[in-house]
Amino acid sequence: MLKRTIPLLITALAGAILIVAYFSPATTNWGEVVTDWMNTLAAVAFILGGGNLLFVNLEKISSRRAGWAYAAVTLLAFVVTLTFGIFKIGAVPNPQFPATPWAGDYESVRAPFGWVYEYVLSPLTATMFAMLAFYVASAAFRAFRAKNIEAILLLGTAFVILLGRTAAAGILTGWIPVDGPFAILRLDTLAVNIMQYVSTAGTRAVMMGIALGIAATSLRLILGLDRSYLVSD
Amino acid sequence: MDRRWIFLAMMLAVGTPILVQLRPTETAGPLSKATFDAIEAMPEGSRVLLAFDYDPASEGELQPMANAFVHHCASKGHRLAFLALWPLGAQKATETVDTILKPFHPEYKLGTDYCMLGYKAGNEGVIKVIVTTLLQQFPTDASGTPLQEVPMLKGVANIQAFDLIINISAGYPGAKEWAQYATSAYPDAFTLLVGTTGVQSNQLYPYYPGQMEGMLVAIKGAAEYEVLVNEKYGKTKAIAEAQAAMRKSSGIGESETQVPPVLQEGQRRMGPQLIAHLLMVSLIVLGNVVYFATRTKGATR
Repeated sequence: MLKRTIPLLITALAGAILIVAYFSPATTNWGEVVTDWMNTLAAVAFILGGGNLLFVNLEKISSRRAGWAYAAVTLLAFVVTLTFGIFKIGAVPNPQFPATPWAGDYESVRAPFGWVYEYVLSPLTATMFAMLAFYVASAAFRAFRAKNIEAILLLGTAFVILLGRTAAAGILTGWIPVDGPFAILRLDTLAVNIMQYVSTAGTRAVMMGIALGIAATSLRLILGLDRSYLVSD
Repeated sequence: MDRRWIFLAMMLAVGTPILVQLRPTETAGPLSKATFDAIEAMPEGSRVLLAFDYDPASEGELQPMANAFVHHCASKGHRLAFLALWPLGAQKATETVDTILKPFHPEYKLGTDYCMLGYKAGNEGVIKVIVTTLLQQFPTDASGTPLQEVPMLKGVANIQAFDLIINISAGYPGAKEWAQYATSAYPDAFTLLVGTTGVQSNQLYPYYPGQMEGMLVAIKGAAEYEVLVNEKYGKTKAIAEAQAAMRKSSGIGESETQVPPVLQEGQRRMGPQLIAHLLMVSLIVLGNVVYFATRTKGATR
């Protein structure tokens, strides 16, 4: 009952209310209440996420599974940052309330929490993202082969976009008059047209397919036909 | 070929233009112009909601357009409210206020001319609620001041009271959700402008120009937009005063006002992008030459 029927009822009720609220102005408030519940749950999910992170990584460390040292680093970073943030350790005192340390600014780089964000998290995540350039270049060299017509089309499009999104477009095809009959052959114009028309047409088709899929899945969830999200006994 | 050679070539392709300060000339395209014109068309003092939905991982691509958006809006005298649907987006908003608003628009006062709503969990759920009731999701601003006591938000029941929404987006939740749950649901209530990463841009093109009036795509879009903004607002009185104060404190003599480097970050990044893209094209060509040469050799044996 607790594990299956009640979650099924909550899902059906919340889903039905959100659908009705969208089509009927009189029930807009109901939709807002349900969405508010969802947002509250989303905040609670952070606590669950934190608990899950602790559980998974502690289990990995205790069983000395491959990569347990990374789990230890993850846990250490999690606990230290959480402690700095929750207890506002070393917060810069607020001049209005100097006797109340908790009123201080803990996001400033002069406070440990702000320092971790500015000098650890920020450079680390930016570095991870920047490293993509190296792997993409290596992958392009190894995998981008003109093996058939489809691959040649893909290659041609890649060349146009890569060159059309930089000053190379002006250097290579800038001599073609912008308002002349051959303006469409300018690399920058070609790149924009490919993105705005060819790619958009394909994307629209995919999006409509996804939307229909989501509608079908949602209906199955609301009607209780799809129960895969429930806990298994 | 050992892939370390490719890594070295990419490092040089990105590093050398930074060192020699290679900066190609940018001309604004239709999307950047549409974005610029939409902000220009707003009357002075319009309420603008800026949603910072990105984190430091996408900062390299999105921060230049965030800077330009804030500088442009402030130069037009718009009132700005910052919020974030990404946990680290609030920090990015604070950084942008510190680097753009405070030095170049010192007349902007917290609460009166701009406010920080902070981060809110709930993804598109937050958008769905604040289009009808702002207070339900944001009873206070980021510092804990009740929203009714924030002067620029007095009488604001929901975000339909804002004239413009600007979303700087690195993924989910972001531009797509703002288009679907704000502008699609209330098409007459909002003007939506978006700054986005290159990888998600093709998912957003279907919403332009219907749900989005303008869109800045990746660093190229940011550079083009910077050109337009700096042409008109690159050397404002406040910028001249800030630079004069800086020169005075460092003992440098009088010199002409320059567009601050922080407002040219997008253009600065186009140099490395140009060479890196040329390298990518060369690598693809080289890879195919090697592939066909090897195949021909194999066939003749």
